Amino acid sequence: MSTEHNCWQCGTPDVASLFCRYCNSLQAPIPNYYEFFGLNCQLALNPDHLQKQFYQLSRLLHPDRYTRRSEQEKHYSLQASSILNDAYRVLRDPIRRSEYVLNQAGFEIGDPRNKEVPPELLEEVFELNMALDELRMGDTEVLPQLDEMRQHFLDMMAEMDGELESQFLTHDAQPDDEARRKVLTGIRAILNRRRYIRNLVDEVDKQLTARNA
Amino acid sequence: MSTFQIDFSSVNKKRIVGIDLGTTNSLIAFMDLTGPEVIPGADGSALLPSIVSLNDDGTFTTGAAARRLLIDRPDRTVYSVKRLMGRGVDDVRNELRLFPFHIAAGSEQVIRLQLGDRQLTPPEISAQVLRELKHRAEEFLGEEITQAVITVPAYFNDAQRQATKDAGRIAGLEVLRLVNEPTAASLAYGLDKRKDGVVAVYDLGGGTFDISILRLKEGIFEVLATNGDTHLGGDDIDNRMLSIALEDIATEWGEDVSTNGEAVQTIRQAVIEAKEKLSFVPTAALEIHYQGKQYLRELRRDLFEQLIKDIVDRTLGPCRQAMRDAGLQPEQIDEVVMVGGSTRIPLVRSAVETLFRAKPHTDLNPDEVVALGAAVQAAILSGDVQDKLLLDVTPLSLGIETMGGVVSKLIHRNSTIPASATEVFTTSVDGQQNVLIHVLQGERELVKDGRSLARFDLKDLAPVPAGMARIEVRFLIDANGILNVTARDLRSGKEQSVEVKPSYGLTDEQVEAMVLESFEKAEDDFQARQVREARVEADTIFSAVDKARSNDAWHTLDSEEQAAVDLALNELHMVYHGEDHLLIRDRIEKLDNTTRRLAENMMNTAVRAALKGTKV
Repeated sequence: MSTEHNCWQCGTPDVASLFCRYCNSLQAPIPNYYEFFGLNCQLALNPDHLQKQFYQLSRLLHPDRYTRRSEQEKHYSLQASSILNDAYRVLRDPIRRSEYVLNQAGFEIGDPRNKEVPPELLEEVFELNMALDELRMGDTEVLPQLDEMRQHFLDMMAEMDGELESQFLTHDAQPDDEARRKVLTGIRAILNRRRYIRNLVDEVDKQLTARNA
Repeated sequence: MSTFQIDFSSVNKKRIVGIDLGTTNSLIAFMDLTGPEVIPGADGSALLPSIVSLNDDGTFTTGAAARRLLIDRPDRTVYSVKRLMGRGVDDVRNELRLFPFHIAAGSEQVIRLQLGDRQLTPPEISAQVLRELKHRAEEFLGEEITQAVITVPAYFNDAQRQATKDAGRIAGLEVLRLVNEPTAASLAYGLDKRKDGVVAVYDLGGGTFDISILRLKEGIFEVLATNGDTHLGGDDIDNRMLSIALEDIATEWGEDVSTNGEAVQTIRQAVIEAKEKLSFVPTAALEIHYQGKQYLRELRRDLFEQLIKDIVDRTLGPCRQAMRDAGLQPEQIDEVVMVGGSTRIPLVRSAVETLFRAKPHTDLNPDEVVALGAAVQAAILSGDVQDKLLLDVTPLSLGIETMGGVVSKLIHRNSTIPASATEVFTTSVDGQQNVLIHVLQGERELVKDGRSLARFDLKDLAPVPAGMARIEVRFLIDANGILNVTARDLRSGKEQSVEVKPSYGLTDEQVEAMVLESFEKAEDDFQARQVREARVEADTIFSAVDKARSNDAWHTLDSEEQAAVDLALNELHMVYHGEDHLLIRDRIEKLDNTTRRLAENMMNTAVRAALKGTKV
């Protein structure tokens, strides 16, 4: 994506960064999260480095710094810091980060409310639904079993998180777009399974909190 | 080009003040070279009671003087109005029972208090408090104040924030930033400590409760999570004690006085006094005298604690939720900072100590720390403080109504602000020319349980077949925690007009009308006051010169000197009724100069006379 343009203030051509290199005024922000952070589109990110970068950019862009500046710069500061905050929220979370990369690469991501059961989980989901039904009828004897199943799902998620981490490194090491797309396809499959399990855990939690309330 | 650019931002810089607009008390502070400082009133106290009374002549009495009127004129004197900000009458029905003032009809979206023959909204009443604070600062600093940072409870929703901003505007203040109270407190705390770590701020004030968890790192104050209850505070403790006292008094006196505003306020003040004493001593007398009747009780702290325990416990749920949202265990919090007058109560301190498993930090003055922090934030905005930056969050999720009355969340609570989300809308009928978007705030999943924020009407859409329109709507929560909505037609790329219908609060036009009205009535305007003061000074010099002319010393001047005095006198008379205080002062100075020798001679004559006297 080309983000080069002329400075709105002094007309200096080909301003590509946050500030005009000539008159130092704030420019219209770049909407791409990676570009905003000055990063290559890599999936494995160092959280400490990201935080440091976030703080540094906040110091430069936050509206508090533009109270006494022109209306145009105030406007850009508001836009830029909202993109910065949104970007940091997405990039610091491995799941949302990979969803963002998939999205940017043009992949369709499954509907978060998709109820279609992945075949390998059929048996477990069936058991879970039985247990939840019994709980709804007031049978508290299923509670230990529910707890066990919940833990089982959490373990599965942790396992997938490990799997994702190594896939991230594989992705970043690929030489070209085509090779990267292949890895992304695999990542998408893991994410879809993970999301399904996440929903199951949420469902259990919801039932349990509803019962406690 | 840049070599010729001069940065005018530091020249003629206007001062920005920090204001804590509290439920019970309000304060104003500014940043001095040595640090933030609160500004005292004429009575020497920095605390201005947030009480406003409407006088018969249409003027207002504010602060400590209005406190006395709570008893004499309970139906015209308003306290704790912060609890009514940004609310509709249905939100506050329960507590209105204990308020002595009347609510006018048509208070669904904005509460209208009927005071005498006038109806006033909470922002207008808060504006009186702000005006008084502004006046204080102007007297103290000797300059006009027009820009301010005002603090709000972290858990205030959009309507409550907007109402606070409106109050500032009505009072003639440009509100440059709304800062969350616990965050402001952390700034004052951080100034003190200069230590990196994770801090929880527990803020229990007169009417609201907030908990905020922050990471302090290299001058960045990053809020990780916030939670709270905008209807929980010292007032609830007062009301609990008040209703118990009222019942007990009804038995003892054989008379129910709960509908008698004057009696209720007398009892309320006695109860508050006893409550405050119990923070420092184990027993306190509750003493009520009313129309020849009396009611005496000795209140023990342990009994008091029993009576209010459930109120204190209500603060613990939000604390746990905030820790969960921040992903932290109590052990990971380095310090708990206590803010707000109600944190003086020993039971509150021990509850916090138990929950966080650490002794809370109580060194800061809980009444002043928020105002001091607001002054620091003001200095950040003015550029005087550059090494600190607040990164705050939105306390409540923001969502829109979708099919089936379900809320679809667009921006989640505890997102760092400014935060944004975009959503593309389309039409469902051929030729449809407007789309209504219903925005809600809060965590509930169903529209009927949530709190409506506003309805946005995308108007004048180009008529196209159903489903063909593509309107991108951008929801942006700004650094004040207030929602801004813009829309763009993706097909034409043009800005799309959006009409905002706030669910609670005043429209822009209503606020504008109030601003105009307040200007018409503002005798308090800084400019006018300057002129008034200059004239008072002129009066003093007029009478002094008058007196001098009949003094023997007048004849010690030669005729030229006498003519110069007369000329200067005349010139001051000529500008006396004008509106330019600088000109008046200039002429006063000139008159002063021409009469200097006269004054000296008078002094000599007086000294000589006195010396003569002693000789005899």
